[in-house]
Amino acid sequence: MQQHSDSPADFTPAFRAALAGGDLPDFVTARVPDEAAIRFAVYRNNVAHSLREALARRYPVIRRLVGAEFFAAMAGEFVAAHPPATPVLQEWGDAFAGFLAGFPPVATLPYLGDVARIEWARGLSYHAADAMPMPPRRLTETAPLRLHPSLQLLRLTHPAFDIWQANQPGRDGKLRGTGPRNVLIWRRPDFEVEAMAIADPDADFLQGLMQGQPIAQAAGSTNPVPILTLLLRHGLICDKETRS
Amino acid sequence: MSPKFAAALATAISLAGVTAHADDMKKDAEMEKCYGVALAGQNDCAAGPGTTCAGTSTKDYQGNAWKLVPAGTCAEMETPAGHNGSLEPIEM
Amino acid sequence: MPLPATTGLGFKPQHFQDIRATRPDLGFFEVHAENYLGAGGAPHAMLTALRQDYAISIHGVGLSIGGPQIDLAHLSRIKALCDRYDPDSFSEHLAWSSHGTEYLNDLLPLPYTPETLDRVCDHVDRVQEVLGRRLLLENPSTYVIFAQSEIPETDFLAQIARRTGCGLLLDVNNVFVSCVNHRSDPLAWLDAFPLDLVGEIHLGGHDQEDLPSGPLLIDAHGAEVAEPVWALYAEVLDRAGALPTLVEWDNDVPEWHVLLAEAQRAATLLADARQHAAAQ
Repeated sequence: MQQHSDSPADFTPAFRAALAGGDLPDFVTARVPDEAAIRFAVYRNNVAHSLREALARRYPVIRRLVGAEFFAAMAGEFVAAHPPATPVLQEWGDAFAGFLAGFPPVATLPYLGDVARIEWARGLSYHAADAMPMPPRRLTETAPLRLHPSLQLLRLTHPAFDIWQANQPGRDGKLRGTGPRNVLIWRRPDFEVEAMAIADPDADFLQGLMQGQPIAQAAGSTNPVPILTLLLRHGLICDKETRS
Repeated sequence: MSPKFAAALATAISLAGVTAHADDMKKDAEMEKCYGVALAGQNDCAAGPGTTCAGTSTKDYQGNAWKLVPAGTCAEMETPAGHNGSLEPIEM
Repeated sequence: MPLPATTGLGFKPQHFQDIRATRPDLGFFEVHAENYLGAGGAPHAMLTALRQDYAISIHGVGLSIGGPQIDLAHLSRIKALCDRYDPDSFSEHLAWSSHGTEYLNDLLPLPYTPETLDRVCDHVDRVQEVLGRRLLLENPSTYVIFAQSEIPETDFLAQIARRTGCGLLLDVNNVFVSCVNHRSDPLAWLDAFPLDLVGEIHLGGHDQEDLPSGPLLIDAHGAEVAEPVWALYAEVLDRAGALPTLVEWDNDVPEWHVLLAEAQRAATLLADARQHAAAQ
């Protein structure tokens, strides 16, 4: 066989092409050579299936919204367009929201991208760095606050939080009214990741805090108590980043 | 420090120590079970579902051969924008 | 410090509360390195807590040691993880999983030739140099054969270990899966394999499909260890004595007590091996 003299670097491109559905390289065989293709299909399935499943674990609400069969097919398209560029799968899939916005078969579901942004942000929050909460008595109105690395504010165009919430386990998927389109995501000290919708003035206040403004400046005419209470209660105002 | 903000900070600090309160922005009733955040981790070293798993070939879904329609809970959802699930296959 | 010659289990976060509440009598837990490369949060809190009570094995799946190149940026992250937890063992696979910058998320096979042997040895040297610790390299489950392969798998692994000083991770299920798939004899495979270089054993369940020429076994880690694999494991212990033994279960992960029962079965065989050795 010709491949005997090939340099070792040469076997992977042909193998990779076959994984994507191309012809089996002639150096891939089996004890019964007629079965090489069906045996090679194990690898083809592993690659395709494992990446689709990883995406589904990251985006369970998108899967519920479009159904498992549609999701699997769409995930195959996403994998082809945006394959993981890292072996760390928890860091793969941030392009999914943008992909959904440009994928014609879901053009009639324009809110999917925003729902995907919530699901992605929850994963970021889950893996974010640890930080020690600051004792509440040290809160002052003039110093910028150091907020917990898990805290994220999404300012969305669709009522994606309500859609996301209606599609959690045990919910029927039906939307009962819609609230604000700003979503706050954070990780509690017990490592549970939380999400809630907040009104525009609260979001403006929080955005100011996240940009480093002192409390008084960020609040303007907004009552700062509800947001500050939430931040303190969940340990989201911190001294410094630290490992646990 | 303005009196207004001094009072606001004091209020927030006192509320922060209270576990359940009418002012709490997050009602306990909303604390429902959510999908875990890929709790078990995304990487493992196991192989997959054999040789016959459906939809392995992307050929089935390319271009105008796409025939699937979203068929999950979106089909019954009505949003303020007026979109619902009565979707027609998209001509591509 | 090497792993203790007792049983370990692959750690799954859904079992954390059971483990903390019952403090099971296990020698070690093993985790996949790539699931602990985030900055913080629950994964690190759990691993830190486990580290206090148990020996820890970190098992990588993403270095692509058998491919054209290893990912040096990824290797430096693995080093940081190993520096942080100082695991009792670090292991990886004789396989490739990346093509250029693209990660394929599967342990893909390679031909066994003098050229690929040189390259794998270079990669193992590099990994051991960067990590500053000895690597255990695992034998793969394979489904196809490369026409250009000219070195038996057992020799290939033995030569890697001899040239690089690395140890070997003997996955007994992989031996069985590959031998059945390629119509060869698992006992002959063991005869040719350097058991004295084994630092850890893996056991796991496999799936079966039936092809015209016979069974196709798949390393799915989604069921109990199969009876013939238990028998092969007993044979390994008979030849090599007690070795650190991990039960893996990655798909359709069962409740804790099911997993623990698998570990207990391995522990019984390990106890027999120790008794047998003492009686000689």
